[in-house]
Amino acid sequence: MSPGIIGKKIGMTQVFRPDGQVVPVTLLKAGPCVVVQRKTPARDGYDAVQLALIEKARKPNKPQAGHLKKAGVEGGARFLREFRLKGGADLKPGDRVLVDQFKPKEKVDVTGISKGRGFAGVVRRHGFGGGDATHGSMFHRAPGSIGASSYPSRVFPGTRMGGQMGNAQVTVRNLEVIDVDPEDHVLMVKGAVPGPNGGYVIVRRAKR
Amino acid sequence: MISPYLSKVINKQKRTDLPELRIGDTVRVHVKIKEGDKERLQAFEGTLIARKNSGLGETITVRKISFGQGVERIFPLHAPVIDHIDVVRSGRVRRAKLYYLRNLRGKAARLREREQ
Repeated sequence: MSPGIIGKKIGMTQVFRPDGQVVPVTLLKAGPCVVVQRKTPARDGYDAVQLALIEKARKPNKPQAGHLKKAGVEGGARFLREFRLKGGADLKPGDRVLVDQFKPKEKVDVTGISKGRGFAGVVRRHGFGGGDATHGSMFHRAPGSIGASSYPSRVFPGTRMGGQMGNAQVTVRNLEVIDVDPEDHVLMVKGAVPGPNGGYVIVRRAKR
Repeated sequence: MISPYLSKVINKQKRTDLPELRIGDTVRVHVKIKEGDKERLQAFEGTLIARKNSGLGETITVRKISFGQGVERIFPLHAPVIDHIDVVRSGRVRRAKLYYLRNLRGKAARLREREQ
């Protein structure tokens, strides 16, 4: 059994539980994936599988094509990721990894690249309150004091300031699997998942 | 554009057993109510004054006058708690949201019947 699967975010909607409760869900097109390479402690120093998401892709370059050919990947692949294994799994190159390895009620961790917000100020990036907009206030969205003066004569590392926001790897843990559609390779998880619709995500069995 | 996978999920959950509802209709909404381990139906009858959102989040607003007091209830249209909806009477109206009824009382708040 594979420790995870690669997918793409489709979008969000809501579904009703049998008792009438509304559940916000994200649909993920998860798989079909193929094991491209198997890394072993003996040869590579660690135990892992490399998966590729099968999808329409541009013609791979020569080295990439040879790498994929070894595993007999049909159709294109452009997104490859390694998953570490704990105590060998019975996966060999060419094996397919499908959504049906996840079952409803299971918990998963989903990793993706969050939407980029560019250079964001401190109000947007860290939720600072900012100042009054009116009443003669001359302090609106500035960060304010970033520390004391002669002591310590420096700004402490980690002080929250403006800067690049988003476009960073984010993992959301312990999302409940609501539904699995093996026919369409669609995985339905409860709650939000980082990244834009169509962005790549990595679904792993929940760590804890 | 909505992804075909999304619309598949939405269409699977959407209800098809509801009658065609129009703004201005007088409707009776039967809601399932859980009391302990028993389930019974409660009806709410009034004028359909608004229909909001699309997809699974679609809701209807039903207004009635209860003991001289205007009461509005918003029902999620596709929720399983809605047992069924009857159209009692349909009214002829010229707009999609009948919020102006809130300011009218008694005779003025009547709607003309719609001819079929």
